[in-house]
Amino acid sequence: MTLPPGRARPEPTPETKHFWDGTRAGELRLQRCTGCARPYFPPRPFCPACGSRKVEVFAASGRARLHSYVIHHRPVPGFTPPYAIAVVELEEGPRMMTNIVDCPQTPEALVLDMPLEVVFVPLDEAITLPLFRPAREAAR
Amino acid sequence: MIPPGAIAIVGAAETTELGVIPHLSEIGLHADAALNAMADAGLQPKDIDGLACVGPMRPQMIAHYLGLAPRWVDGTGVGGCSFLLHVRHAAAAIHAGYCSTVLITHGESGRSRVAAMPRLVEPGSLAGQFEMPFGPMGPPTLFPIPVLRYMKTYGVTHEQLAMVAVIQREWAARNPRAMHRDPITVEDVLNSRMIAYPFRLLQCCLVTDGGGALILTSADRARDFPTRPVYILGSGESVETPMVSQMQDFTSSRAFRVAGAEAFRTAGIRHADVDHLMIYDAFAHLPLYGLEDLGFVPRGEAARFVWERNTAPGGRLPVNTNGGGLSYTHTGMYGMFALLESVRQVRGTAPAQVPDVRISVCHGVGGMFGASGTVVLGRERP
Repeated sequence: MTLPPGRARPEPTPETKHFWDGTRAGELRLQRCTGCARPYFPPRPFCPACGSRKVEVFAASGRARLHSYVIHHRPVPGFTPPYAIAVVELEEGPRMMTNIVDCPQTPEALVLDMPLEVVFVPLDEAITLPLFRPAREAAR
Repeated sequence: MIPPGAIAIVGAAETTELGVIPHLSEIGLHADAALNAMADAGLQPKDIDGLACVGPMRPQMIAHYLGLAPRWVDGTGVGGCSFLLHVRHAAAAIHAGYCSTVLITHGESGRSRVAAMPRLVEPGSLAGQFEMPFGPMGPPTLFPIPVLRYMKTYGVTHEQLAMVAVIQREWAARNPRAMHRDPITVEDVLNSRMIAYPFRLLQCCLVTDGGGALILTSADRARDFPTRPVYILGSGESVETPMVSQMQDFTSSRAFRVAGAEAFRTAGIRHADVDHLMIYDAFAHLPLYGLEDLGFVPRGEAARFVWERNTAPGGRLPVNTNGGGLSYTHTGMYGMFALLESVRQVRGTAPAQVPDVRISVCHGVGGMFGASGTVVLGRERP
C-alpha cells in the first residue's frame, strides 16, 4: 500500500525517535513505566502517571478497537474525501489518532468498538505511518 | 481567595461592526473594541494600567497601538476561552494591588484574515507528529472527534444534536446583530451540507471578523463609573491536552469539570442560583458537554434537557442567548463574545433579555477541549 503525496509529514524529535524507528521496522512501540507498569502514549522519556524517568520501550500487539471518528467531506492534500479521521484504543490502553484502511469510509462500515489491527504504510523513505484495518479474524 | 464581588466589570463593548469587516486589520479590531469599551466606561488610555490579550507578543502590540503604559500584563493564550482566564487573572491582580484598571481586548480577522495571527501546527510538536499526518484540517475535523463515542455511550440521537442549533437560532432571531437570524428546523440541520460526520454545516460555528473588550476595576471604585457594575463572583480555569485524541474521557471534559467546579466554589453559589448560562459553542456538542460537566444536569442527560426546550427562550435555564458561535458570531476565539453577552444579561441590556438575571455563568473552551475557563457574574455585590 502506498499513500498519495500531500499529507502533513511528522518531524520526529529525540524523544519520539524510537516510535518512528519502530513503525519503519514494523513495530508499534509504546512505552511503560518500570515502576507503575502503566503503558502510555504519545512518547516521552518519563511516566506521565508518576513522573518516574525509569521507563522502557516495548512492542504493542497492534490490536485495537475503534473508539471514535469523524468522516471528513472536504478536500485535504493527500486525502480523497470522504475519509475517516479515527481514534483507536490500543489493546494496551493508550489511544491514538489514525486512519482506517481496507474499509469503506461510511458510518455503516465504521462501527464503534470494531476490532482493528495495525498496518504500517510508508509515507516516504524515512517515515512510516501506523494505520489500522478491520481485524482479519473479524473479516472472515 | 478574592472575596466574591470584590472586582467588577465597568466597561464592555464589541467592535462597532460584527461579521465581515475587511476594512480593519486584526489590530484594528482590537483597537475598535477597546475604544468602545473605554467610551462605555468613560475612560481614556491614560486611565488603563493593566492589559490582557491573547499572546504571544500581542500585549506589547496592543499597548503600543492604543498608547497604554501598563504596569501589569497578561498574554495568556489557551485558545478561545483565554479571555475568561484573563478575567480571573485580572481580578487577582487588581485584588493584589498590581494594577487598578485592566483592559482585556480581543480582535480577530477570522474571516477576512487581514494581518491575522498565523495558524500553524509545528510538524515536530506532538500534535504535528501524532494527529496532523492523519488528515485533520482545523477545528471542524478535530472538535467533533469525541461525538460518536458520546452518542453511543448515552444513546444520543442525530436529531437531538441538531436541536442544539435549532434552539440557538431561536435566540439569534431575537438579536439584530446576529449573523444568521432565520428560523431553522431539525430537518434543515440534518439536510445541511455534511462537513465532518456526524456534523453538518449548521452544527459548525460561523467564521467571522470582530472583537470585544472589557474593563475591570475594584468594586469600591465601580460606583464612580457611568455603567451598572457587573460583579465577578467567582472563576475557574484549567487545561487538559493540546490533542483531542488524548483527552481522558471522550464523553466529558476534565478541563470543564475542573474550571466549572472551581468557579462555583469560589463564587459560593449553587446551580439553582444561576439565572443565565453561556457555554462556548464552537460546535453543537459543546453545550451538552458543558451542561453535564458544569453539573447542571447529570451525565448523559443534556441532550434530552435541550430537546425538552429547557435552554430555549422561555425555558428554565436560558443558554447562549445571543445565538452563540453557531448563529451570532465566531471570530475564532469566541470566548469574549460569550462574556459580553453575560455582561449584557446582568446589566439588563441584552437584545434577547432574560428577565431579572442576578447571576450569569459563562463557560469557555480553548483548543479542542484543550483548555477551559469559567466566570460567574452577578448583579449585586454579596
